[in-house]
Amino acid sequence: MAYLRKCYFKFYLIVFLILPASLLGEASNYNMPIGVTEVSKEIFDLHMLILWICVWIGVVVFGIMFWSLWKYRKSKGAVAADFDDHFWLEIGWTVVATLILVVIAIPSTKVMVTAYDDAEGEINIMVTGHQWKWHYKYLEDGISFFSNLSTDQEQINNQIPKGEFYLREVDEPLVIPINTRIRFLITGNDVIHSWWVPDFAVKQDAVPGFINTAWTNVPETGIYRGACTELCGIKHAFMPVVVRAVEQAEYDAWVAEKIVLAEQEKMLTSKEWTKAELVERGESFYLTNCVACHQVNGKGIPPVFPTLDGSQIVLNDTQRQIEILMEGVQGSAMAAFGSQYSEVDIAAVITYTRQAWSNGKNGDSAIVTPQDIVAYKNRTEL
Amino acid sequence: MSTVVETHDHGHHGPAKGLTRWLFTTNHKDIGTLYLWFSCLMLFIGGSMAMVIRAELFQPGLQIVQPEFFNQMTTNHGLIMVFGVIMPAFVGLANWMIPMQIGAPDMALPRLNNLSFWLLPMAFGILLSTLFMPEGGPNFGWTFYAPLSTTYAPSTVNFFIFSVHIMGISSILGSINIITTIFNMRAPGMTLMKMPLFVWSWLITAYLLIAVMPVLAGVVTMMLMDINFGTSFFNAGGGGDPVLFQHVFWFFGHPEVYIMILPAFGIASHIIETFSRKPIFGYTSMVYAMSSIAILSFVVWAHHMFTVGMPLAGELFFMYSTMLIAIPTGVKVFNWIATMYKGSISFETPMLFAIAFVALFTIGGFSGLMLAIVPADFQYHDTYFVVAHFHYVLVPGSLFGIIAGVYYWLPKWTGNMYDETLGQLHFWLTFVSVNLTFFPMHFVGLAGMPRRYPDYALQFADFNMIISVGSFLFGISQLLLVFIVIKSIRAGKKAKPEVWEGSGKLGLEWTLESPAPYHTFTVQPEVK
Repeated sequence: MAYLRKCYFKFYLIVFLILPASLLGEASNYNMPIGVTEVSKEIFDLHMLILWICVWIGVVVFGIMFWSLWKYRKSKGAVAADFDDHFWLEIGWTVVATLILVVIAIPSTKVMVTAYDDAEGEINIMVTGHQWKWHYKYLEDGISFFSNLSTDQEQINNQIPKGEFYLREVDEPLVIPINTRIRFLITGNDVIHSWWVPDFAVKQDAVPGFINTAWTNVPETGIYRGACTELCGIKHAFMPVVVRAVEQAEYDAWVAEKIVLAEQEKMLTSKEWTKAELVERGESFYLTNCVACHQVNGKGIPPVFPTLDGSQIVLNDTQRQIEILMEGVQGSAMAAFGSQYSEVDIAAVITYTRQAWSNGKNGDSAIVTPQDIVAYKNRTEL
Repeated sequence: MSTVVETHDHGHHGPAKGLTRWLFTTNHKDIGTLYLWFSCLMLFIGGSMAMVIRAELFQPGLQIVQPEFFNQMTTNHGLIMVFGVIMPAFVGLANWMIPMQIGAPDMALPRLNNLSFWLLPMAFGILLSTLFMPEGGPNFGWTFYAPLSTTYAPSTVNFFIFSVHIMGISSILGSINIITTIFNMRAPGMTLMKMPLFVWSWLITAYLLIAVMPVLAGVVTMMLMDINFGTSFFNAGGGGDPVLFQHVFWFFGHPEVYIMILPAFGIASHIIETFSRKPIFGYTSMVYAMSSIAILSFVVWAHHMFTVGMPLAGELFFMYSTMLIAIPTGVKVFNWIATMYKGSISFETPMLFAIAFVALFTIGGFSGLMLAIVPADFQYHDTYFVVAHFHYVLVPGSLFGIIAGVYYWLPKWTGNMYDETLGQLHFWLTFVSVNLTFFPMHFVGLAGMPRRYPDYALQFADFNMIISVGSFLFGISQLLLVFIVIKSIRAGKKAKPEVWEGSGKLGLEWTLESPAPYHTFTVQPEVK
């Protein structure tokens, strides 16, 4: 008996103390994150309010139901009454239900008006969803870059152990200063994506051809992780959002550095590139941006993603390959990368694919230089 | 109620022999049976796809299938469960029960009835065949948002569009038949407000179907034009709007959600009154509640699109209108409980499923109310919280309603009682596993796991494993249902005309012999 009582005690402890406490816990694995912004905290409170209202309605309604089932069970000899209507009871519970809804609607409307404020931000960032990566462009400073998943394919394929931030890490996170009103202008490049950072309670669809807005003002430094939440194709689960919120001074330094890097990048186009340099740069570009579809071995996943290894175009048709890289292939996942990447990157990756795998010995193994891409651009723009 | 039942003239009015009986049948009972078996087959096909999904999600990482195939599984699982299981099962029950409940000899348009059914295997044959084509089947989610389903879709999308068109025609023809039957073939004396609630629920459902199926046909036709004929309905580059797709789709999609639950409301009402041995409480308010739900269902569609970038006024309008739905739905739950109150309740398998239906559907209703709150929806939208919500209303909601109905009417169909012990076992296995599967989805959703993900971050691993175990148990348990049904067809305790104690006064179907003769009510009964 004593043992049973102990078990009961443990049970009550779990149900009434530990469970609710952990439900309210900061980094909970089973409740909505409280987040760090004013809006996310208000939304969390709203969520808990409605949750508790639902729980109490549930306790009352299910309580009456199970009590009736128990009390009026036939096996105990219950005899059925014969009533089948009660006008005022029907009116009564309709009114009560309506009142509860009004109680919920008022705070919801208030939070909604705050969350949906689309006034200009101190910093305005254009967020563009691509299959399958995010592109960020700082409208004031002109900085722009892609943010790719940085988890190894081997981790995904279970060949090596998974890291702490498996599928929640990127090569280059979005950087924002704290205590600053940031406005996001969100759009899509190909299909609809959705940009979500739970800790900011910002989730906005990235619709191609339309620009949505969202805003945040983050009071604490830290790394905030989110995800794409609108089905956008094969790699939908593999385009996380990572935001690094930093002090203003650190942010300014980061901006200055990015501007210098961008200048250097521009200089590279006019530089004389050797084959080895192009192949090296092309390989790292390929491994970041192309492997998702065309695979490390260049074999692709036919028929959806064509093979590059042994492809007639990659072997012997430089012009066509440049054209595909620049303009994309209509109706396929191959986007027009010409507008997304530098001439150097496009040239490098073409050169790389023409040397890699069996292509180097079977084809013309031609070198494409950044100048060739510039020439292509000049030709097509005429 | 008094009836005249002809039962001895089977000479040349009985069923034909062999395969042609099923191919050419115009008998509402045969067609009902075909619908129900078709839906059962689809349940296992769609269910196997769910098993593939859950096997892949058992652990983080990609183990069993690649994301491309995973997306085909989620898409086809949804399409098959919605259009191939829940809807045909309800039509099957309607075919069997509506003529028997209103005292009609058959459906009003028997040949049309045959056509409505036989269109379905064609539609699903086409849909499933795409999975074996080189480019694979539809992979853009059952909601097939453009432009993923147009510009970026595999070319098999054209088969998918054709298949949706055929399903739509089948549903519209079936609905015309049901409405015509209900309006023209009720027994003398059965006024509209004396109709059994299942008939009422189907009358409302049939109108919803006729209203929205053409919208679905419209939206897939627009896709067809965009893909093949150079239009730009959903292509911003040509002056179109991808969000237009979502508006049109959900204008169909939301009433569709109620199409999949209203008949279950009707079934639950009958079962609860039967096993509480007390007439349904608030019949009139039940009818008004179902009608209100149906009407409101046309003005709430954009609550599926709260993050798509609507203006504030739009978001608030759809939040308020969605919250309103909780009122008639709540009224229905209160009425069911008031029916149980002071009854004389016994717990046969149909009643167990009906009680679970009321309780678990209400949980789905609560999460629905939470999802209606726009700011909170910014956090819930497109996460497993939504998956938990709609599975709670569709599995322990609609599917439990169907299973309850099958147990309830099975003795009337086969003439034999089902095995009660096995039925109870089936219920408890199903009840435990359904909650094991879908309840933890609330937690992973709130914690931030988006839906339609073939792979996930490590903090979701524990719950996903529990969910997968629950789903495997749920899947296996349903084989028991098939076994119980077949067993009851072959043998079992003979059922009386009034299968359930006291049901004789509850509906015309219980005045017929068990099994119900091939032709019933050739002379209409009189309802007083």
